Amino acid sequence: MGYSSVRGGMDAIEHAEALIAAQVTDSDHPVALPQVTDHVELLLDQVMGEGGVYDLDLGALAVKQAEGDPIEAGFLLRAYRTTLPRVGYSFPSSGRQMRILRRVSSAFRDIPGGQVLGRTRDYTQRLLDFALRDTPPKTLAPAGDLDALPSGAAPEEFPLVIDTLRADGLMHEAPRRTSDDEPFDVTREPLRFPSTRAARLQVLARGETGAMLSLAYAGMRGYGGAHGYIAELRYGDLPVQISHPITGGPVRIGWVPVTECYQVVGGDEGAQHTHDGTEDHEHVQGENPEYVVSYGIVVGRNERKAISMSILDGSLKKTTKSGAAIEDEEYVMYHIDSIEAMGFVEHLKLPHYVDFVASVHRTSKVRELVAAARRG
Amino acid sequence: MVSATGVRALIDERGAEFEGYTFGFLDDMAKREIRRTILKAVAIPGHQVPFGSREMPIARGWGTGGLQITLACVGADDTIKVIDQGDDASVNAVNLRRLIAKTTGARETLTTGEATLIQSRHRIPEERMTAAQILILQVPIPEPLRHVERSVASARAMHAEADYARMWLALYEDVVRNGEVTAGAGYPVMVNGRFVMAPSPIPRWDIPKLNQADTLFLFGAGREKRIYAVPPFTNVQPLEFDDYPFEIEAFPNMSCRRCGATDSYLVTSPQADGGTLSVCSDTSYCDDVLAGRKVENQW
Repeated sequence: MGYSSVRGGMDAIEHAEALIAAQVTDSDHPVALPQVTDHVELLLDQVMGEGGVYDLDLGALAVKQAEGDPIEAGFLLRAYRTTLPRVGYSFPSSGRQMRILRRVSSAFRDIPGGQVLGRTRDYTQRLLDFALRDTPPKTLAPAGDLDALPSGAAPEEFPLVIDTLRADGLMHEAPRRTSDDEPFDVTREPLRFPSTRAARLQVLARGETGAMLSLAYAGMRGYGGAHGYIAELRYGDLPVQISHPITGGPVRIGWVPVTECYQVVGGDEGAQHTHDGTEDHEHVQGENPEYVVSYGIVVGRNERKAISMSILDGSLKKTTKSGAAIEDEEYVMYHIDSIEAMGFVEHLKLPHYVDFVASVHRTSKVRELVAAARRG
Repeated sequence: MVSATGVRALIDERGAEFEGYTFGFLDDMAKREIRRTILKAVAIPGHQVPFGSREMPIARGWGTGGLQITLACVGADDTIKVIDQGDDASVNAVNLRRLIAKTTGARETLTTGEATLIQSRHRIPEERMTAAQILILQVPIPEPLRHVERSVASARAMHAEADYARMWLALYEDVVRNGEVTAGAGYPVMVNGRFVMAPSPIPRWDIPKLNQADTLFLFGAGREKRIYAVPPFTNVQPLEFDDYPFEIEAFPNMSCRRCGATDSYLVTSPQADGGTLSVCSDTSYCDDVLAGRKVENQW
């Protein structure tokens, strides 16, 4: 008898849970949560971003419990997050307020405030470092010290590179905030299409890194994407400011590390984009072509996803569509969510024998018809 | 519904097992929204109502829509039954049932007649359900037009305009190509003469049970964030042509190997000796027949 028809599913589930628990805890070197936060930071950042919760301890716990499966860990965080009440909204933060740890531009050789290479593997040689096999404790300096910029070497606030383009009139002005309404919350409201800018950015920011990379890559190879220019890719901490309960003024309650990507697209390609993703600023023929920002923002250090997000944002902003899938809002927004994609694809493991019987009945019927037709 | 003192009593009675959970896992705002969505769905039979589907502690596509409806409806005095492909002991059904029981204290049953709420995947029980019961069906794809119109926004407009021409055309093309409408499980239906609806992947066998039933049917699609309903005594008709009438699965000369029933939906398993084993998919019905209990199974 199969696993579904056997009476005693409870017994089977309990044994499966015991096997999982043993995998996570049975070891001569059990993983302590600080090891995850200190040494598996990029995985942790990905999990917190896709899980929609910025909390190092919870994220590390999820990574440990999920045996390092980023989607499963993100799923654990989301299932926890959904039980939390929403207590309020922070004030909007601007990239100009970022405490910069890394900042590069590929559109300009030099940028106001300067380029900061920071912590990156981009120019390392990908050779396995066998010395790391037996790293004795405390031979590495705390990462925070290495990250910090020399005091006085850099300004408090870095300007945005796109501000230069705006000043030169090459780029549309930033859309003004039109209201102080609560932002659309994709975790509380179903998506409607065409979606709002807030909804689109939320879905992209929570999207699965691999799925977004794949779509963005396909787009760059010709399937509806844009090869823009990275005006600025930056990593650092953004302040979280809320309204003071008594004075009502902004008060900073902490920092969140983010990766931000400002890509510029359009220009001589005919300004086929809207600057804020809505249809009401469609380029009119004969107007001066200008650039628009394709934007990506991701919790933690995840440049791959931030760049992918900006490519997808740029594709979705196109007003002259080529018909490629990644220009289609529904296609992109419905299919990059790891939790939903994983759940539906893997639900094929569930028993389907009732449906299969129904399918076989129809197939048999059609086969009878074919046989009868052949007999004439 | 359960009163605040009822929740307190449950915590006292069940201790740590219940502590740490909201009653029914979902927060009260979520439950309120889901109940309002259900009311709207009942008021517009067959119309898919979007709702802010919450992230659940089970995977998307594994019954989160049905589960949210169940958790929004269940009270501590309810008796719940969860079946998957008709079977209470299927692992996912067990997992859902224990989550509902753990977070609500509701009684569990495997017997169709005893349940006040039945959450089901892909089956309507053989035993005729009553007006005192609710059947909650888990839905993978709520949009019956998905295979003729993949855009959710466009399909929504087609429903609004009752524009089902492409749906009929697809059925017609099926007949031209195959001599038959080949849809097996999840056969599209017309609800109350107005909305084409995906009945969830129930076999054709179960489709007639939706028509003019005593029972309220609720449909929940968690991943796709839609709830819809077939209220009691609603007309539900499969889409069919006059000259190609809808037909259900037939099991000629077959009976359940376990209970001997000849009037239930049978599922078959290949055997090591090359033969097949056919048994009732509805395990509660099978148990009843085996025990010689009289069951009203004429829907």
